[in-house]
Amino acid sequence: MDIPAGLKYTKEHEWLKVEGKTATVGITEYAQGELGDIVFVELPAQGTVVKAMQSFGTIEAVKAVSDLFSPVSGKVIEVNPGLEDDPMIINREPYGGGWMIKLEISNMEEVDKLLTADSYRKLVE
Amino acid sequence: MSYIPNTDEDRRRMLEKIGVGRIDDLLRPIPKNLQMKSALDLPEPLSELALMQEIEKISRDNKSGLTIFAGGGVYDHFIPAAVETITGRPEFVTAYTPYQAEVAQGTLQVIYEFQSHICRLTGMDAANASMYDGASAAAEAASLSLGKTRRSKIVVSETVNPLFREVIGTYLSGRDIDIVVAPHKDGTTDFNRLEAAVDDNTACVILAQPNFFGLIEDIEIGAEIVHKVGGHFVAVIDPIAAAVLKTPADCGADIAVGEGQPLGIPLNFGGPLLGFFAVKQELVRFMPGRLAARTEDEDGHPGFVLTLQTREQHIRREKATSNICTNQALCATMATVYLSLMGRHGLKRVALLSMERAHQAAAEIFGLPSFEPYFKGGFVREFAVRTPIPAKELIEKMIDKRGILPGVNLGRFYPGMDDALLVAFTEKRTESDIKSLGAALKEFTADAVLSKM
Repeated sequence: MDIPAGLKYTKEHEWLKVEGKTATVGITEYAQGELGDIVFVELPAQGTVVKAMQSFGTIEAVKAVSDLFSPVSGKVIEVNPGLEDDPMIINREPYGGGWMIKLEISNMEEVDKLLTADSYRKLVE
Repeated sequence: MSYIPNTDEDRRRMLEKIGVGRIDDLLRPIPKNLQMKSALDLPEPLSELALMQEIEKISRDNKSGLTIFAGGGVYDHFIPAAVETITGRPEFVTAYTPYQAEVAQGTLQVIYEFQSHICRLTGMDAANASMYDGASAAAEAASLSLGKTRRSKIVVSETVNPLFREVIGTYLSGRDIDIVVAPHKDGTTDFNRLEAAVDDNTACVILAQPNFFGLIEDIEIGAEIVHKVGGHFVAVIDPIAAAVLKTPADCGADIAVGEGQPLGIPLNFGGPLLGFFAVKQELVRFMPGRLAARTEDEDGHPGFVLTLQTREQHIRREKATSNICTNQALCATMATVYLSLMGRHGLKRVALLSMERAHQAAAEIFGLPSFEPYFKGGFVREFAVRTPIPAKELIEKMIDKRGILPGVNLGRFYPGMDDALLVAFTEKRTESDIKSLGAALKEFTADAVLSKM
């Protein structure tokens, strides 16, 4: 299973890619596989303030809907515009074109509390 | 004849299984003084014939055949015979939520056409398969806004139907939602007070067009106010008046709801009614209830299905904005047939005729001594009259003595407005009906008017 080493992870199956004070958020390969065909993603508007491990949106597959949890606190600075027309890109490229939001991280310490690729792998395998 | 299918033996075995000696033991937690020991005080069973005769006798106490000037949400419009004939076809009467597209194409097509009619009437992008009534549709609109915006406050104008406001309160009770009522000033929403009540925790503003007093409001102001804080604007409309007014979509509504009873559904002693619910495209996924859609099968033939079901409670579960998984199929079919028969021009004629009658009646009533408009302002088909005697008294006298139901007593909903009568008009009220209304209003208030002189 693809669990890129450079990313951080949550127990709720989101990934976080940190670049300076900016973080990109998406869901893992494992999560997309469990959900199946994704039909819709409800994301917050740009400028929304989100808190660590609180729901920032929902993801709808054909048979289930799940909350999306933000790995860290911060302000939404960008939302993936491609998901509206093609939500299944999350199934195809969970770590690439299927990214969801970009955050301006408000507390870098929260990043250290997240799972590494190795500990996330232990969780799902 | 007993309708309880279990025998004494069945009951004995069930009690034995759960370890209880007698059924009465199950009732032990109920205090003795609350338990009824004697038999119910009911008459002996009757034969079918005797029962029909008894019920007919009771029904003679009803005041039927009244000339109706009461509105306040439901209206006495003419219903072409074809509405009942077509709706009464067994294929429609037996229709329930049509999960199985392969056996429900007719029903799904009717729902799709109903939705299309509602979209045309409101100018909105998508309508659902219907709701129980206008009041629950308004409550569902509030619920959608609260769920979508993740806020916890709504602002409702005092001029929205008081019964709708009551249902909204019931729906949202127990959810820790702040419901603020924005007061009216001289019969229309006080937009300064409304603006003061709206903040960045406000999910939606709800206004009615025309409002409960029959008056036209500048609802666009409300839309602007709530859009500034990123909330939704919910417009509650009268579907007949809508034929001659600017559409909710053009007024900035994100959600348009209303009572569909005027569209071919009888007054029915208060129900069943028909709610309609329409939204802008971006809210389609958060809309309550059923949604029918047109599609193509694998051979390219057109067909109809229920669509976007991930919106619904059985998939979204606790994350759904609504628990509603049904519609008001039979009444929606009536409205679909009615709107198909009327067409765009016919519906507009109904609205214009109702409006013409209302304005004729206003001239008649306000020409009488001691009757004046309760509020000033433009109206379509309904207006409030200040009465020289309490409206309740006037209504009772006119029902008893003249067979006229002259309107709704506004004091029932608005404290201090006991001298306000809300009078409504449809194309069914003739000029002679209006003359009779004027004559009866004059006659039953003559004593009060004289004593004041």
